[in-house]
Amino acid sequence: MKERNLTCIVCPKGCQIKVLFDGEGKIKEVLGYTCKRGEEYAITECTHPRRTVTTTMKTESGIVAVKTYGTVPKEDVFKVMDEINRTRITRDVKIGDVLIEDVAGTGVKVVATSEVQ
Amino acid sequence: MIKRIKKELVIVGGGPAGMSAAVAAYERGLRDILILERDNALGGILRQCIHNGFGLHRFGEELTGPEYAHRYIEKVLEYKIPYMLETMVTGIDKNRILTAQNCKEGIFEIEAGAIILAMGCRERPKGALNIAGTRPSGVYTAGTAQKYVNMKGYMPGKRVVILGSGDIGLIMARRMTLEGAKVECVCELMPYSGGLARNIEQCLNDFDIPLFLSHTVIEIHGKERVTGVTIAKVDENRRPIMDTARFIECDTLLLSCGLIPENELTRSAGITIDRVTNGAVVDGSRETDVKGIFACGNVLHVHDLVDYVSEEAEICACGAVDFIRGQAKGEADINIRTDGKVRYTVPRKLTEIKDTTLYFRVSDIFRDVRLTVKSADRVILSKKKQKLAPGEMETVTISADVIREIKNGEITVSLEA
Repeated sequence: MKERNLTCIVCPKGCQIKVLFDGEGKIKEVLGYTCKRGEEYAITECTHPRRTVTTTMKTESGIVAVKTYGTVPKEDVFKVMDEINRTRITRDVKIGDVLIEDVAGTGVKVVATSEVQ
Repeated sequence: MIKRIKKELVIVGGGPAGMSAAVAAYERGLRDILILERDNALGGILRQCIHNGFGLHRFGEELTGPEYAHRYIEKVLEYKIPYMLETMVTGIDKNRILTAQNCKEGIFEIEAGAIILAMGCRERPKGALNIAGTRPSGVYTAGTAQKYVNMKGYMPGKRVVILGSGDIGLIMARRMTLEGAKVECVCELMPYSGGLARNIEQCLNDFDIPLFLSHTVIEIHGKERVTGVTIAKVDENRRPIMDTARFIECDTLLLSCGLIPENELTRSAGITIDRVTNGAVVDGSRETDVKGIFACGNVLHVHDLVDYVSEEAEICACGAVDFIRGQAKGEADINIRTDGKVRYTVPRKLTEIKDTTLYFRVSDIFRDVRLTVKSADRVILSKKKQKLAPGEMETVTISADVIREIKNGEITVSLEA
């Protein structure tokens, strides 16, 4: 039987999770997780992996830290970075402000996590 | 005549430890508080830690560093706790007189009822590593590079080798990659990583960045700018095996080789420093051996998680407030020894009979061991631990009942099979 070993990235514990697959490559069992979020992570990681992106964005008076509000598909991470790096903010920014509504067609917002540095 | 003011509680450092301590002291009813911060804003190192993963324990949600800091900054502002920015404390004496300076006030002194030391830590620099070779530009500590990228918007280089696999090094491997740099590899002197398992996964494996364990950088090349480094495998005594040496072309070397608590002020007050943690020796309330001076956060011992820094700062603030109010303690006087496998505990001393959590680190990776607390060769507490690693701080709680059983004023914390 096919299996895959994962390190959970949901929290600092970093649980070692084992995912077992059946003959058709479908998930049969998830072992080793210690919380609900860990189980969800393992399933997502084996079907369509997603990541939160944190980076900075340029404004007229400096740079501001930002994050994707939720996860984006892992294969889109560099597309997300590209759009964030091409966008210039021309207004004042407060923590929590939405700076991009739908980044790189993922349907996920980009929000400010700091004031302008 | 130098101006002198009086304050009940003075907190040195406005990072996560200092702010958490200030907020906790306020919430216990203390009002005469002053935070002294040398930077131009509150928040400390969290300001440049723009990645997520903070606050899961504390707030039950995943925050970035600036967001975590913001939660406390908002409290400091809401409570109107006074703070001074761009203010450098240059000395503390054992009578709790601080000397500080800033552009507005010049040099001034503060007579403090109690002091909380919350100065944080700094990175081990290149000079402390004895790497051979030339001295070109392009060598940075990982935290300095992090400040350039995340706060100033500069890229320190395009092809990067990272020495040290502590969390900052791992986080910077991902950060540099996201911003378009090529990270050639991360070299780790030890046979295991000092960083969290999840950071190896999401910062290295996600981007196929190789981690070479038991490897180090033995030479830096380049005249004006780094042109490459020579790396080599090391033997069990951490000496390079020369026939494994190979050249890696790069323009940047980032160093993530350990953090050192910043204890110059602690020493100036004559406080005893623990040789393992490089932080003050403290009791359960985080009081040092100089009365009325307390310490918390990375200045006391380096933490992996800011959530634990906040927790420790709150314990520390309670101790400081009790001291200011003249509440006596000291019904116990117990020293805590360790066996070397357990490298240290914080606290190092118990002075009160109440449930106390010991924070500790181990010297190597251990599996299926028992963490054991002994008093006069009798086991008073034993806890099974599946896996212990040097990179992960652990805790064990000793109950008041167990503390009452302690004989000869001493316990030993050890790992047993």
